[in-house]
Amino acid sequence: MILDGKCPTGPIEKTWDKHRFDLKLVNPANKRKYNVIVVGTGLAGGAAAASLGELGYNVQAFCYQDSPRRAHSIAAQGGINAAKNYPNDGDSIYRLFYDTIKGGDFRAREADVWRLAQVSNNIIDQCVAQGVPFARDYAGYLDNRSFGGAQVSRTFFARGQTGQQLLLGAYSALSRQIKAGTVKMYDRREMLDLVVVDGVARGITVRNLVTGQLESYAADAVCLCTGGYVNVFYLSTNAMGCSVTANWKAHKKGAYFANPCYTQIHPTCIPQAGDYQSKLTLMSESLRNDGRVWVPKKKEDCGKHPNEVPEDARDYYLERKYPSYGNLAPRDIASRAAKEQCDDGRGVGPGGRGVYLDFADSIKRLGEDTIRERYGNLFEMYEKITDENGYKRPMRMYPAPHYAMGGLWVDYNLMSNVPGLFVLGEANFSVHGANRLGASALMQGLADGYFVIPYTIGGYLATVKPGQVKTDNPEFKKCEEDVKAEQNKLLGINGKKTVFEFMRELGHLMWENCGMARTKESLEINLKKIPALREEFWKNVKVTGSGAELNQQLENAGRTADFLEFGELLCRDALHRNESCGGHFRVEYQDAGEAQRDDANFCYVGAWEYKGLEKEPELHKEPLKFENVHLAVRSYK
Amino acid sequence: MQLFTSSIGRKILMAITGLGMVMFVIVHLLGNSSIFAGPGGLNTYAEHLHSMPLPIIAGFRIAMLVFICVHIWFGIQLTIENRGGRPQQYAVKACQKASFASENMIWTGALLLLFIVYHLLQFTFRVTPEVAGFAGQMPGNVFGMVVTSFKNFFITFIYAGAMVTLFLHLTHGIQSFFQTMGWSNDCVQPGITKTGTLVALILFLGYVAIPLTIFAGILKG
Amino acid sequence: MSDHKTMTLTLIVWRQKNANDPGKFETYTAKGITEHHSFLEMLDCVNEDLIHSGKDPIVFDHDCREGICGMCSQVINGAPHGGQDRTTVCQLHMRKFKDGDTIYIEPWRARAFPIIKDLIVDRSALDKIVQAGGYTSCHTGGVADGNAILIPKPVADEAMDAAECVGCGACVAGCPNGAAMLFTGAKVSQLALLPQGRAEAAARVKNMSNAMTECGFGNCTNHYECQAACPKGINVKFIARMNREFIKAQF
Ligand SMILES: Cc1cc2nc3c(=O)[nH]c(=O)nc-3n(C[C@H](O)[C@H](O)[C@H](O)COP(=O)(O)OP(=O)(O)OC[C@H]3O[C@@H](n4cnc5c(N)ncnc54)[C@H](O)[C@@H]3O)c2cc1C
Ligand code: HEM
Ligand code: HEM
Ligand code: SF4
Ligand code: F3S
Ligand code: FES
Repeated sequence: MILDGKCPTGPIEKTWDKHRFDLKLVNPANKRKYNVIVVGTGLAGGAAAASLGELGYNVQAFCYQDSPRRAHSIAAQGGINAAKNYPNDGDSIYRLFYDTIKGGDFRAREADVWRLAQVSNNIIDQCVAQGVPFARDYAGYLDNRSFGGAQVSRTFFARGQTGQQLLLGAYSALSRQIKAGTVKMYDRREMLDLVVVDGVARGITVRNLVTGQLESYAADAVCLCTGGYVNVFYLSTNAMGCSVTANWKAHKKGAYFANPCYTQIHPTCIPQAGDYQSKLTLMSESLRNDGRVWVPKKKEDCGKHPNEVPEDARDYYLERKYPSYGNLAPRDIASRAAKEQCDDGRGVGPGGRGVYLDFADSIKRLGEDTIRERYGNLFEMYEKITDENGYKRPMRMYPAPHYAMGGLWVDYNLMSNVPGLFVLGEANFSVHGANRLGASALMQGLADGYFVIPYTIGGYLATVKPGQVKTDNPEFKKCEEDVKAEQNKLLGINGKKTVFEFMRELGHLMWENCGMARTKESLEINLKKIPALREEFWKNVKVTGSGAELNQQLENAGRTADFLEFGELLCRDALHRNESCGGHFRVEYQDAGEAQRDDANFCYVGAWEYKGLEKEPELHKEPLKFENVHLAVRSYK
Repeated sequence: MQLFTSSIGRKILMAITGLGMVMFVIVHLLGNSSIFAGPGGLNTYAEHLHSMPLPIIAGFRIAMLVFICVHIWFGIQLTIENRGGRPQQYAVKACQKASFASENMIWTGALLLLFIVYHLLQFTFRVTPEVAGFAGQMPGNVFGMVVTSFKNFFITFIYAGAMVTLFLHLTHGIQSFFQTMGWSNDCVQPGITKTGTLVALILFLGYVAIPLTIFAGILKG
Repeated sequence: MSDHKTMTLTLIVWRQKNANDPGKFETYTAKGITEHHSFLEMLDCVNEDLIHSGKDPIVFDHDCREGICGMCSQVINGAPHGGQDRTTVCQLHMRKFKDGDTIYIEPWRARAFPIIKDLIVDRSALDKIVQAGGYTSCHTGGVADGNAILIPKPVADEAMDAAECVGCGACVAGCPNGAAMLFTGAKVSQLALLPQGRAEAAARVKNMSNAMTECGFGNCTNHYECQAACPKGINVKFIARMNREFIKAQF
């Protein structure tokens, strides 16, 4: 089936304004009759719940943490982009749009990206009004920096805690609505099913993580804002609780999953210290502005203290391979290059999985004080984790899964193919194509929540009668029973292996065979091994305790069960996409070491329809048209 | 009025009344140190005080009484509430900043109250045995009364103990006043703490010098 | 690096089935721990052993494991977050301990934070304080340009110092009175410093301080334990600022 993204047509710079005007409105007096469920209270969900509540809808918001303020958005360090052009260095909405399309390797929709660039400026204003303490210069104006290889300074930041400050802004707006009674907040609740009645999303089933009770909530529309899925790799920069569960359950209820194979691997993370560790800490990309990346030329030198490896025995491979971008090569390229060196046996540190990020030269040139001023907190963080002094000894870095470009398929209105089901933020697939640029995920989350969904959800709600389905509908009961049955099954297996052990194995398969570089063979291995692992899981997992209490093992088991199904889809998508683009690198498709895109055959969004667990999913395509930015090869040589 | 009911409001009342008492204690010490000028010094001072118009004396005493009562009332109320703030203690106690003084304000305060009652009975109402002879004339020979009293070891001991208590109460109390009133920040706080301790120390030394020098026979009647 | 060296530790951990259970300490042994384990990874290992032997693992709150979400919350040997300067439990590493050490692990203890299970407490009271006024009442959309009001860098920086609070509640856990002054002071100060927050400053400080009392937090007697416990180094000067705002709000 050919999917229609329902993008408005006409001159791109008018699309959003025109579309907003065309959308139907809900009568203000009727708004409170509509119930809206918002699952997830990160940047996307927090902003959406607050804005919808303020408009007068009756909002019910959910998150699995103990407070909406803890969503994983809080971990973002670098910053948020906007096309304000405050530094007068040539930025514009068009340039942000252009950079995002190109950065995404031409696998995103033009209209969505344009809208994102257009509302980016409103986001900054909004956050300032909320009291987000963005960095300012001495004259009192907002400060900008350049980030993620962009050639203009368009990144706004709040120390190294931009995500935290933006989230606290959204959380404060949400808190205000909770106080006002327009939003009812349900924390420590995990969504475990989507309730679909006659093909329309009508509610959710959640588990109260404190009491273990299953609860049903009905609404006229459901917004999933549940973040990304890269924890499927076990090793990742995501929080421990991030999962694909909400998305996956919706997928199983009919929502298409788009481009799952587009995952971003971040090049500068602190390497894993032992396999008990799954959470890796990201070190800001900005370090590459002054650090030089190298590994020893000879394998024998890998065990030596780095300072004992003489200059001419070091391989500054990024500078060697990409003379013009050097150490600032984009994330996907830098990550793959690091993997190549380590695969070649020249990695450093425990297990040979690491490359050096060396500041000796810049310290010599600028002095330790300057470096401390620029990155002091990062050096501190590095030392806290590794007990090594980055000023004296080069840091060790290794790539780690970081962001999911793929997600549930949505149209221009952020509505999935299931009517009434909206998907926002990292959970949807929309704007980043095959690769996300730095500082643009925060922008997307807030754009979706503050400035897109408030309009587009109205367009949908205006067409439906409020309160048609209540929780007494048999479908709610059925969903609860299904969830209960699955939990009882998990609790009843009483096998030999823990949930963690399965997650570790799945992650290992994903990382080795479907990580930074994928081949037909490696993917086919996974398509055999993952179902086998899944089968073993359902026979041999051990989950202690009961379902009627706070039970973290049960929570993790459920998430792992979903990852075990989802991982297979991810590999399948990677296998079908016979090209390399952005975060998806197929070894067979390269040109002198560079990713080779195939626009003739793969210039589309691949959206998968669930057909049953042991059945092949069906692929639907949404062709991508580029009318404003011309398809071109991405080169960083 | 939020001042009398809220958490911060009541603290502010504690601070203001506390500071009022600190002022009194400072002035009282300055006055009392005239004792070192011999009988003439203290007695003239006392006479000077007693010759002030009645409304001033009465007003002052009423104000002091109100201050003490407010301070005690809210001190007890807040302490009871705070004890409930953490109903179960940790198995291991590892305080990093709280001090003996800060943790025992209610007890040092209670001891001070006992002291003040005793002190008033002794020198203001003159009903304790050793000062019985001075009860008649007001102010009379204040110097003689004080010297007679501190010849007694127990009285001297009680005073010295009370002064230690006062010192403890004030090492925490003075800097706490500035924090509570919002007149502190990270730059000045270390200075305030040091100055507070210094003032408390000076008060301690000044006060304790009187009974000790008398008892030791250095200051003679 | 000394990967081969491992430690064995004795853990004395608070176990409590639910809010109504009286709870008690249980002793466990953590084996095969390296200096590179974070404290939570060490507990993960202990839990794996417990699960294998069919016992209930120790439950504790955690999420980001990089010191920013504020979810992790354990009192280690009497000190919230383990007492290392500016360090959350998830960032605490085992190299701070010695082979053979005995470690006491307890949940946050405060009247306003009832225990849910083992080391997990209910911190929703902190959300209630924010709901009472920890925001500017701006509308989505229709606000002024970000540069319309200039904010001097020192002011913006100080607001940021206050805004670093991760809402973990260690200040409450560390305060002998179970007071939430540092948390509340930080929020009140952040918004009082910024021009955007000034308009509602008076109502905010009154409402938020009332909410503290309603939620069952104690009163501040300036022990400053909160600052020592705070993993983000929030300074007690923000408590002073809140007191100042409170006084201003009375007039
Ligand atoms: C370490 C790190 C650094 C980053 N740095 C940057 C940066 O500098 N700039 C940038 O632009 N982007 C950055 N990103 C990416 C960006 O932070 C995220 O993509 C973005 O914040 C996602 O926001 P979200 O609202 O979609 O999801 P999240 O913030 O992940 O929120 C998910 C929400 O869904 C809830 N949830 C999930 N599943 C369920 C369920 N089953 N039931 C109930 N609730 C559920 C959670 O409780 C949570 O509230 C970074 C990411 C990481 C990991
Ligand atoms: C009469 C009996 C007294 C009692 C029961 C008492 C009790 C208390 C208590 C419980 C506190 C609060 C503790 C704190 O905030 O840390 C306090 C604070 C204080 N007290 Fe007293 N006290 C008494 C007498 C005094 C006297 C005589 C003085 C001065 C000479 C004094 C000066 C102070 C000061 C300055 C504070 C600090 C106020 C603040 O925290 O801002 N008190 N007292
Ligand atoms: C060595 C120490 C002290 C000496 C010698 C001393 C002496 C005296 C004397 C002689 C009087 C009676 C004055 C008169 O009636 O003319 C007096 C009154 C008083 N003293 Fe002290 N005092 C000492 C310490 C203190 C301290 C530490 C406090 C408070 C904490 C205190 C509080 C008072 C009060 C409240 C009065 C009553 C004042 C009044 O008459 O209104 N004194 N003192
Ligand atoms: S002030 Fe510090 S200790 Fe208190 S909640 Fe905030 S970060 Fe945690
Ligand atoms: S420790 Fe408690 S008493 Fe006040 S200064 Fe901190 S809140
Ligand atoms: S787990 Fe997020 S701060 Fe510790």
